[in-house]
This record gives sequence, structure tokens and C-alpha cells, in this order.
Amino acid sequence: MGEQKRIKALIAKPGLDGHDRGAKVVAHALKEAGMEVIYSGLHKTIDQIINIAIQEDVDVIGLSIMSGAHIPIAQKLAEKMKEKGIGDKLVFVGGVIPGRDIPKLKEIGVAGVFPGGTPLAETIAFMKSAVKRD
Amino acid sequence: MTVARYIKDEKDKILDVVLESGIHVKTMYTPDDLQRIGFDYGKDVADAGQYPYTRGIHAQGYRSRAWTTRQYTGFGTPAETNERFKLMIAHGQTGLNVAFDLPTQMGYDSDDPMAEGEVGRVGMAIDTLRDFEIAFKDIRLDKIGAGLTINAVASIMLAMYQAVGEKYGYDAKVISATPQNDILKEMIGRGAWIFPVEPAVKLIGDTIEYSMTTMPKTNPVSICGYHIRESGATPAQEIAYALLIANAYIDNVLARGYDVDEFVGRFSFNLNVFGNMWEQVAKFRAARKLWARNLKERYNVKKAQNLFLRGLFGGGGLGLTKAQPENNIMRGAYYALVAALSGAQTTALCSFDEAFTIPTPHSALLSLRTLQLLMDEMGLRDTVDPLAGSYFIETITKEMEQKIEEEMAKIEQYGGIVKAVSDGYIQRLVARQAFEMEKGLESGELQKVGVNIHKEGEPMEVELHEYNYASAEKQIASLQQVRKERSAQQVAQTLKELETAAREGKNVMPYLVACCKAYATVGEMAGVFRQTFGEFQEPSLF
Repeated sequence: MGEQKRIKALIAKPGLDGHDRGAKVVAHALKEAGMEVIYSGLHKTIDQIINIAIQEDVDVIGLSIMSGAHIPIAQKLAEKMKEKGIGDKLVFVGGVIPGRDIPKLKEIGVAGVFPGGTPLAETIAFMKSAVKRD
Repeated sequence: MTVARYIKDEKDKILDVVLESGIHVKTMYTPDDLQRIGFDYGKDVADAGQYPYTRGIHAQGYRSRAWTTRQYTGFGTPAETNERFKLMIAHGQTGLNVAFDLPTQMGYDSDDPMAEGEVGRVGMAIDTLRDFEIAFKDIRLDKIGAGLTINAVASIMLAMYQAVGEKYGYDAKVISATPQNDILKEMIGRGAWIFPVEPAVKLIGDTIEYSMTTMPKTNPVSICGYHIRESGATPAQEIAYALLIANAYIDNVLARGYDVDEFVGRFSFNLNVFGNMWEQVAKFRAARKLWARNLKERYNVKKAQNLFLRGLFGGGGLGLTKAQPENNIMRGAYYALVAALSGAQTTALCSFDEAFTIPTPHSALLSLRTLQLLMDEMGLRDTVDPLAGSYFIETITKEMEQKIEEEMAKIEQYGGIVKAVSDGYIQRLVARQAFEMEKGLESGELQKVGVNIHKEGEPMEVELHEYNYASAEKQIASLQQVRKERSAQQVAQTLKELETAAREGKNVMPYLVACCKAYATVGEMAGVFRQTFGEFQEPSLF
């Protein structure tokens, strides 16, 4: 593991919601777990998030969504990622996500869904195993 | 959740308890403790209704009047929200607390591309005065006050509230709105900011200045320690930052040449009940005392009633869990008890399903009933400040006072609250503390029923509020209809005048009222401010 490049993650807040406690907690947790973390800040459009992901060449994009708009947001992100040729990057979603929406998010292409209350260790373990290293 | 740290021996016996604000709780308190802290009844607490108001701002407490109940309400279209308002009022709710959707809070119209997917989702969509006419139809605006949970564009919404009042025949002098209107806390937590610090604070000053004469029953600002606490602040920090933020708004209005006694009596506070219950009770008692002392000593406030810390103590959202969601009903009841024991003027509870989505009518009414039970059944109206005189409560109230003062001093030393928020100093501090709390939950150092202890049992399904996509379409159609019907020339004219006023640094409120009456949209008015003032640059997290 020591020789491997560190996992680089973008924690992003798409849309208009400003509740960022969860996003910041996850950002801190990933950083403490040895990853390189970029936090987008609030009120980002999908285009802005994709631009950061490309510029910073991140391995993972984590979206924090508390407003209930996770399905339309994830859909839009997936479409635009394909358009921009970064459809292979891993996406995970956290926030206020009812259990019944998880299958739909997976269908859209979200690799991991971590609703509020998920242990941080679970999110970290998921990312470590899901990011493929050559 | 235990948010206090418990030091135990190997047999689970508690050796020490350290409250979040850093106070050590002893096994037993005696008269010696009061002596140790130099307790002086007259100076430290005094009777309710007497300076420094530690025991409460009214001599009669809840005997003369029970608290105002104000469940946070709003979703979908104004018509759907109006129906829910009436349901809550019909069930005995005594105030309104309006939830706006995110596009409205962020100053975008429902058909703006930025609003896509968000219209009517976490609150009701408001685009023009037409929407307020529907939302407040058949509600006696002279009898019931409305909290408006909006911050960056609170000035616009207050203007619209005046416009709707007048439309329905209520003079601006008889209506009572409580816009949240606390932008510095939005920059610390909750995040619904738009404009940079300086013009954003100036807009708040405008609403305060305008209310003084035009809407004297309105409470133009409700300073929210609440969201700062939810973002990771300790109870002592919650109060310290709220008081400093209030001072920043006072300073803005004082600089316009007013006497502090002309306006500060209309300030109110929104504070959080989540946490160790004793620490919260001590917090509220100390907060009343410190606010009164701050006003008297720092600002030389003369009128006794202007020294009152009037507050909504409630919520507790951070304490709710998705695991074993029905437990949130019981948590709510204890939070409400804390609010009642602390002498809240107004209260509202997070409903048990709010860890999932916005509340159903069923869960919202359960919260309302929880509040009513305390006042009407359990005896919380009997006597004022019932915990006063407890060796324990009086000791930790005094200790809380010191902790809050220490936190205030740290920020003053840093360069003041405006600098601490602009630089992101407070944001980084509370985010770090939030992370530490999560780590405490993961390690088991902090306990939470259903989460890391007493997890037995099957997961349960909760009936959830359904988002209605058709509501968004209806709202957009209605907005487009208003755009067709209104006088384009009048809209352009009033917006032009608003722009000039904003650029020249005039009080924008009368201009906003004119825009609202011309059916200008929230997006158009906020757009003028965006162009004139620019946008807040968020400081970095790390």
C-alpha cells in the first residue's frame, strides 16, 4: 500500500442546499484515512463539479445531498460525466437518502450510497476497496 | 446521544462527567458549591422579570401566557402549504413558521435552471406576491405571527409580507413577522448565503431600521445559535457566537445614528435544545443573563424590556436518528421538556421522520401534541423557572456563564465575529468539532440509543412525505401566468429604482415593497442585489 498513489477524492455539494456538516465530516474522515481530499464548497452546479474532478484528476466523486433531490442530481451527473469522458470515475452519494431510493441510485451508476448514520469506517473501507489501482 | 464525555471505571461506575462546554459535573452538589462560586441570588439570578433575567423575562412565566408553538411548515405550492397552515392552526398551533424551498431561499425563480429538481421540495416555492396571497389566504395576520425561515433574501420576503398584509387589509403596523434574517450564522452553518458579508449585514440593518417605524410589531432578526450548534459548536460557543452576531447587527444600525433602545427590543433568538439536558438548561439561563448584561453594559440600554432575551428554544435535529425512528418521538418530548424548563417564549420540534425527509401531517401533529401535553397536562405552566435554587443548576449556570464569556473573548481576540466568519475561522473550528463528535460515536465513547447501543430489533419502515413533481410544474405555470398578467413597465421601473437605491446605499426596503406590489419575482429582486453586491466567497475548509 505504501508505494501506491494516494486516493484522491472530491467531496462536493451540488445544488442549492447548504447543510454541509456531513460533507465536512466525511472530508475530514477521508483525509485522516490518508486520502487526498478536495472539498468543493457550497452551491456547485454539476458542470462545476465535473470541471473540478477533471482538473484535479480525482479518483472518486462524493456528493452530499440533503434536500431530497438526489435522484435528479445523480442522473444529471452521470450523463454529464459520460459526455465529458470521465464516466469511469467512481461516484458515491451521502446525505438524507431514504432506503427505497438506493436501488434507483445504483441503477443510475452510483457505486456506493451512504445515508446519514453510516459509520465513517464503512465509507472509507468502500473507497479503499473500490478504487482500482494499476 | 451522550454528548458529554463519561469517564468510567472497569465496573461501569461513572468517575467523571465532562459536559461539551468543558464543565465537570460532580456526584453531588451542596450549599458549599454555591459558596465556592460566590452565588448571590439578587446579582446572579434575581426573581423572574428582574434584571439579569436569569430566571426568565416575565414575572409570571407561563402563568400569564404559555409558549407559542410554531412547527416549521411548508412544501410544494403555496396552496398546499396554506392547507397545512390551516391544519396546524385548527389543531391549536399558535404561530406559523414558514419553510421556503431552496430556490426561494437562494433568490432564484422556480423556472430558473438553478432551481431544477428543487422547486417545492424542502419548503414552499415563492416567486411573486401572488404566491403569498395564496399561502396566507384566510389567515388572520393581525392575530397570528409568522416566522419566515429565510436569510439571504429576508429583506425581500419581509417586504412581500408587508405587501400581502396590505393586500388583505392589514396595516403594516398590526402584522408581526419574524424573518430569520441572520446571515452570519448562514455563513457558519446551513449555507443559504448569497451576498458578501458587508452588503449582507447592511441588508439586515435595513430591515431593522425599516421595521422600527413601519412594522413595529415585527421582529426583524432572529439570531440563530441553532444552526451554529448543529454545525458542530458546543453549547457555550452557540451562545457566544449568537451574542456576538447580534452585536454586529446592533453596530450596523447604531452607525446609522439611532439610539439602541429604539430597536434592540425587537431582536429575538433561535437556540437549540439538543444535548445534555442540564447543560442546556444552564445554557439558556446563562444566555438570558449575558444578553441583558451585554446590552446594559456594552450598549447602555435603558428600557428594561429591551434587555429581554426572547427566544425560540427547540428543534434538536442533530439528535434525531434514522435508526429506530420512533425513538425520535421520545427524544422530542425530552427536548421539549428542556425548552419548557428553560422558559422558552416560542418552541418547535423536529418531527420524528425528519431524519428521512420533511414531515408528514401525522408526524407534524405528533410534535405539536408533544408540546401541548407539557403545557396543558404535565404542569409546566405552574411555576416559573422550577429548577432555580438547585445547588447543581445554579452552580453550572454560573460555570456556563464563564464558559460563554471565554468563547466570546476568543473571538474578540481573533479580531471579532465578522472577521472570524469571513476568514472561515469559526467554520473550520466547528467542522473539526463535528468530526470529533462522529469519531466519538464510532469509538463508542459517545453513546446513542439505536445507533451504537441498544441496537436490537428489526429495522422499521416509516411512512414518508412524497415529493410531488406535479407541484413544481404547477408552480412554474403559475409564475409564467403572473409574468404575462403584470405590467412589464411597472416591474422594470420598480426594479430600476431598487437598483439605484442599492447602489447608492439607501435603505432598500421601501423599494422592495414597491417591487413586490408590482409582482416582480424573487429572482428579479435578488438578481438586482447579485449584480450590485456580488457573491460571498466561501473560505476553504482545510
